Amino acid sequence: MRAFADEIGESGSVSIVGRGTTGPHGTGRVVRAPSGIMEVRADEMTIRCRAGTPLAEVTAALAAVGQRVALPSGDGTVGGALARGRSDVHRLGRGPVRDTLLGAVWVDHRGCLVAGGGPTVKNVSGFDLPRLMVGAWGTLGVLAEVVLRTNPLPRAEGWFRRPCRDRSALVAIQLASYRPSSLLWDGSDVWLHAEGHPDDLAVLAEQWATVHGPPEIPSGVRTSLDPHLAVTCVESNETDDRRVVEVGVGVVHSTRPLGAPFVPPSLDQRVVDLCRRVKETFDPDDRFNPGVDVLRLAK
Amino acid sequence: MSTFLDALAGFLPSDRLRIGAMERHLYSHDASNLSEEPIAVCFPESADEVRRIVEACVAHDRPFVARGSGTGLTGGATPAPGSVVISTVRMNRVLEIDEVTRTAWVEPGVLNLDLSRRVAEFGRPHGLHFAPDPSSQQSCSIGGNVANNSGGPHCLSDGVTTAHVLAIDVVLPDASTARLGGTAAEIPGYDLRGVFVGSEGMFGVAVAVLVRLTQNPSHVSTMLIDFVDVADGADTVSAIIADGMVPAALEMMDRLCIAAVEEYVHAGLPVDAAAVLLVETTGDAARVAADSRRIGEIALAHRARHVRVAADDAERALLWKGRKSAFGAVARIAPNYYLHDTVVPRHRLTEVLAGVYEIAERHRLMVMNVFHAGDGNLHPILVFDRREDGVMDRVHAAGEEIVRLSVECGGVLSGEHGIGLEKRDLMPLLFDDHDLRAQELLRSVFDPGRLANPGKVLPTAASCGDLQSVPEGSWI
Repeated sequence: MRAFADEIGESGSVSIVGRGTTGPHGTGRVVRAPSGIMEVRADEMTIRCRAGTPLAEVTAALAAVGQRVALPSGDGTVGGALARGRSDVHRLGRGPVRDTLLGAVWVDHRGCLVAGGGPTVKNVSGFDLPRLMVGAWGTLGVLAEVVLRTNPLPRAEGWFRRPCRDRSALVAIQLASYRPSSLLWDGSDVWLHAEGHPDDLAVLAEQWATVHGPPEIPSGVRTSLDPHLAVTCVESNETDDRRVVEVGVGVVHSTRPLGAPFVPPSLDQRVVDLCRRVKETFDPDDRFNPGVDVLRLAK
Repeated sequence: MSTFLDALAGFLPSDRLRIGAMERHLYSHDASNLSEEPIAVCFPESADEVRRIVEACVAHDRPFVARGSGTGLTGGATPAPGSVVISTVRMNRVLEIDEVTRTAWVEPGVLNLDLSRRVAEFGRPHGLHFAPDPSSQQSCSIGGNVANNSGGPHCLSDGVTTAHVLAIDVVLPDASTARLGGTAAEIPGYDLRGVFVGSEGMFGVAVAVLVRLTQNPSHVSTMLIDFVDVADGADTVSAIIADGMVPAALEMMDRLCIAAVEEYVHAGLPVDAAAVLLVETTGDAARVAADSRRIGEIALAHRARHVRVAADDAERALLWKGRKSAFGAVARIAPNYYLHDTVVPRHRLTEVLAGVYEIAERHRLMVMNVFHAGDGNLHPILVFDRREDGVMDRVHAAGEEIVRLSVECGGVLSGEHGIGLEKRDLMPLLFDDHDLRAQELLRSVFDPGRLANPGKVLPTAASCGDLQSVPEGSWI
């Protein structure tokens, strides 16, 4: 850890790269966080690992003890997933990426190791600084080591589908479904992902068609909207672009950018000012991922 | 000062701007006894009135502290010298309930349990509630929950307050206003909402909160399991989690606490047991049945004597009444108590509990334990009579040793009460200078003028030297 902090040093621009699966990283000297799992504690529901650990490695290590972490799957690293802050389609039930981070050690702009949060699943000792690093795209410091909250894998899980062509039917499903981990709608069908006891899933299977997986999710554009507006976006879709909405979350997946009014609300100026001040305070020399502006990046 | 009070009187009627001795005394402390009288107590009824109060504070360089119901236990709402108290008790409206997205906009003075009662009829067939449920939920406010990132027994599976707050309208310490977070799940920029939650009133005043509501479970099973050895109870807790179950709640009480509670609520608790676990599983029918059965097996394998399953809602309510009345019951044992709050890794519960008993015995104090065992959140209660000569020194010393032991065993200073004044000067046990500097930097982003609840959380040179140094014997 100390060696990593020394590598970042006290000066010069650095670009933080995990496995290079996502960007942007800016134009500085490339650094990569150390990799490796340090401790898996199923009885604590935590895992401690270096930020550069591949997500697949964490997933496998947790699966071996019957657990998982609510980070998106993919080829990237834990640090990258946290820096990006984007949840996957299971956010509705498993919670957002930001809630997985219990504690973190990062390298600050002076090359010092800084710790925040802690190793336990519950902790209100001081300000929740690690929150600031989630979704910061590596612009405030370089994550070196993290403690993540894990959860047991469910006994059973499955995807279900049923036709659903209008909003009122969708709302009825939203109200009736008990804590699904995902609810997706493309304007024609609704997909539900459930986790729990096999017998409970069998009850669902009496009312829904069992399917092998989620629908094909359009890739390319991902837009986070107010959840009602997001449903309207799919309901009123008269283009040939397929849209899938994460119901109850408000993320719309599409191939092409959505036009007005389906655009995220602009941030109020005071929030913009605060974000700028956060950046100037924690990275006064603009060392980390120079040129990357979190305010211009959808998470 | 009169110019400042005149400024407040310019828009607050006299019944909502109190400067009398009685009000100043009443609002000089929270549920701790760390006290300092404010110069005035304001009762705004709108976000704009809060903004104008803060504006006046800025203009006259006056510190201020927002206060919900005053149920905090760490002096977090104790005014800094010369402060104005901004009480949110009259901002207690539920502004909007959306049963489809399961959210509600509420004012900060809405009481935690009132919110859950209010939304219970929405989102049928399941009904809704606000998941964080501190033991003080009958009287604590949502604004206070946000300030302290409050927990509660049912946060084991559902998460603490930060997981249930989507947006906050705030009056910042410079009297500007902003919405942190929003209805959209992912908003560009840094997670200002996330750092505001748990900032103990030092980043501004929440004037409206968008909370996430949780579906009520269709099935609930509540079990009371008793043990003749505390260690067996603690080991059962770890074994349940390691077995792949996260009960909705997993609470523990030890012998003295069981006896006090039983005398108080007559719930039929086994008064000869060394420890009891209160375990609740919720969800769909088959899952609840399977989890309950498996938890019973695990408990019996750890030498549990009895596994009692609540037969109906009335019995369940009685068992929970016992758990949530523990602090009231303690008052029947001795006139004074000091409630601690630390978190330890679950697998070290047995060792830390043994240490807590040893510390109390060495300081000739009675200790009771009632706590959130599932997340390792200890609440040792030191029980005493402050009239006894020298007892305060022993309470003080024992308390600090318990905190130090918890940290030495890999734990943290607080699980849900926060730092406030009480643990401010213990922060270096957990954080080094670089860590604390980073927290100070974050504070300076929100409040460069140091007017919002100054002197709390951070053991800076400035706060250590001022009038609010934690006084000797204040661990009561």
